[in-house]
Amino acid sequence: MTTPTSTPPPAGADDTAPPTETVRLAAVAADLQDERLIQPHGIGGTVRAFGKRVRSGDIGSLPVVIGLIVIWVVFSLLNPNFLSSTNLVNLTLQCAAVGTISVGIVLVLLLGEIDLSVGSVSGLSAAILAVSFVNLGWPLPVSLLASLLAGMVIGLLYGFLYTRFGVPSFVITLAGLLGFLGLQLWVLGSTGSINIPFDSWIVQFAQQWFLPDWLSYVLVVLTALAYAAQLFVTANRRAAAGLSAVPATSIVVRSVFLLVVLGVPAWYLNQTRGVGAMFLLFLVLVVVMNFFLTRTKWGRSVYAVGGNVEAARRSGINVTGVYLSVFMLCSTFAALGGILAAGRLAAANQGSGGGDTNLNAIAAAVIGGASLFGGRGSAFSALLGILVIQSISSGLTLLNLDSSIRYMITGAVLLLAVIVDSLSRRTRVSHGRA
Amino acid sequence: MAVTSTPEAPVGDLVLSLRGIDKNFGAVQALTDIDLDIYSGEVVALVGDNGAGKSTLIKILAGVHPQDGGTISHDGKTVSINNPADSNNLGIATVYQDLALCDNLDVVANLFLGHELGRATINEVEMEKRSWGLLRQLSARIPSVRIPVASLSGGQRQTVAIARSLIGEPRIVILDEPTAALGVAQTAEVLNLIERLRERGLAVVLISHNMADVQAVADRIVVLRLGRNNGEFKVADVSYEDIIAAITGASDNAVTRRAQARVDSADATAAAATATDTELPKEERP
Repeated sequence: MTTPTSTPPPAGADDTAPPTETVRLAAVAADLQDERLIQPHGIGGTVRAFGKRVRSGDIGSLPVVIGLIVIWVVFSLLNPNFLSSTNLVNLTLQCAAVGTISVGIVLVLLLGEIDLSVGSVSGLSAAILAVSFVNLGWPLPVSLLASLLAGMVIGLLYGFLYTRFGVPSFVITLAGLLGFLGLQLWVLGSTGSINIPFDSWIVQFAQQWFLPDWLSYVLVVLTALAYAAQLFVTANRRAAAGLSAVPATSIVVRSVFLLVVLGVPAWYLNQTRGVGAMFLLFLVLVVVMNFFLTRTKWGRSVYAVGGNVEAARRSGINVTGVYLSVFMLCSTFAALGGILAAGRLAAANQGSGGGDTNLNAIAAAVIGGASLFGGRGSAFSALLGILVIQSISSGLTLLNLDSSIRYMITGAVLLLAVIVDSLSRRTRVSHGRA
Repeated sequence: MAVTSTPEAPVGDLVLSLRGIDKNFGAVQALTDIDLDIYSGEVVALVGDNGAGKSTLIKILAGVHPQDGGTISHDGKTVSINNPADSNNLGIATVYQDLALCDNLDVVANLFLGHELGRATINEVEMEKRSWGLLRQLSARIPSVRIPVASLSGGQRQTVAIARSLIGEPRIVILDEPTAALGVAQTAEVLNLIERLRERGLAVVLISHNMADVQAVADRIVVLRLGRNNGEFKVADVSYEDIIAAITGASDNAVTRRAQARVDSADATAAAATATDTELPKEERP
């Protein structure tokens, strides 16, 4: 409402303050005038501020990034093939299906709720796709739509049961885990396993479609440019509003960093088959969900409900609507994940969505930094978490280790992630950053 | 016993007028025939013992539960408040005792929660600019609006909660025990804030158990006792003892007895001291 130039001396600068004080304050952005505010100066200051944030428990994605680096170093020492381009391409494709399910899990975790039935729902969706497309001869788009719609209806049912009867989501979705597994078996019928034709585009999409090298580089450059442009526009608007703005050098450094972080993996994957279309879809879903969570009123209300339901309700947020939409999105993402998994396997069977799908999806979200206590986490948690889970899985497979060991190690990593979550929460509380 | 010192004509307009409000919860008659007038530019304190019906009356105004009998008129027109949205539409903003802030969100997000600016996407820049404007108007001392609310002190959190109630440009602000959990300095800050709300021409309804706070900022005191009106006073011409008497319903009450007991014991000590004084010289004699 006031620009610094027209601001009367701000709080604390009483009338008796020397005029120089007022002049000095007026030259500072409106959000940096409080003398108690510790401001980082230069690159060293930024690094120190970052260290301080980490010590106070505001660790964000740091543990998972460090964990990922450790995992990759260890496995590449044990088996040099682990970091080969071929293996990493496979890794990205394995990430896509469960990662998509995990995006939905992040959403329910943000509300402080859980969905234990995503595995069954993804299996059911795969079964619906295979039966309607192969056995009933429906057109593929209709089959896909039917699968997604099934997921949406299931989520709506969960949301209704939760908001209407107040049954804990843990119990509702545990019932769903059993119920929809049964429905999946019933839909598949006596056949048990249905192969999806290899020449259908869903299988082609999941197994064979890779971006041409040039296109992957173009996308990387466009993403970095879009990121820079967005930072630049925000900085200009903040400066115009009399608020502190990110300096241009910082924008350039950040954008170049993003360019490298995206460009180097793209180049490395392009040494063999390249960036899979299915993996790109997963990345796009993560970025789009991140946009909705951070930039829209709906996203803000998701965080608010996760932080304090009563506060959200009193401030006029449609809490029931938030729960319904989030449960619906979660089950729909689970259905989409089931479709992608079926496409990659070129089949739907009684084991679709079974085994470790469910727990991998939930573990990925938690490992990636979505808090089980609600209100903290981002869409990128799904991406980081699933990279960790699939790296472990892929590394152990390369070492010819039995799935028994794989389960135990994944379990241990999940436990570690939850401990880190609880510890950082405790530290945040004691440092007043909860 | 309804003691009433007729208040002089208040400065502002009559914004909200409650007449004969009744409310019962099952067999309990929580409110009986309550009258309350709220004027703009005036701080009215609602006082009473626990269970006097203060919170129930506030909840009726906030739309948490509707009254069973009586009328509410707003600017002379009879209105009904059936839900929180009705209350908001009448320009009533309520700051609850538990503040209802989202600890995981920053100050800006909390201030605009449920009323974010912008169409498709949230306009963070405009929201931050307005947040600073609002906080400056209230002379609030918040170091940064981009830190989670969890890291603020009790007084700062109360400030954020009060500032949030002003986002919708209300005409009436209801504060439920705003100083209950605060230290001396923070209490003073909140009382300053209440005075600034009055200067802006808002009607303020203040619920408090702290008579010092009430006498410091309120213009008028409305006393409730056992769900009934039990007196209405102009702060300027009422004593602490009169308010306590109206709250407890008797001039002989626990508070006065306690005060009397202290006076008595002080007298006794003084008497004893005088006694020893007179005796001392005797001991000195040998």
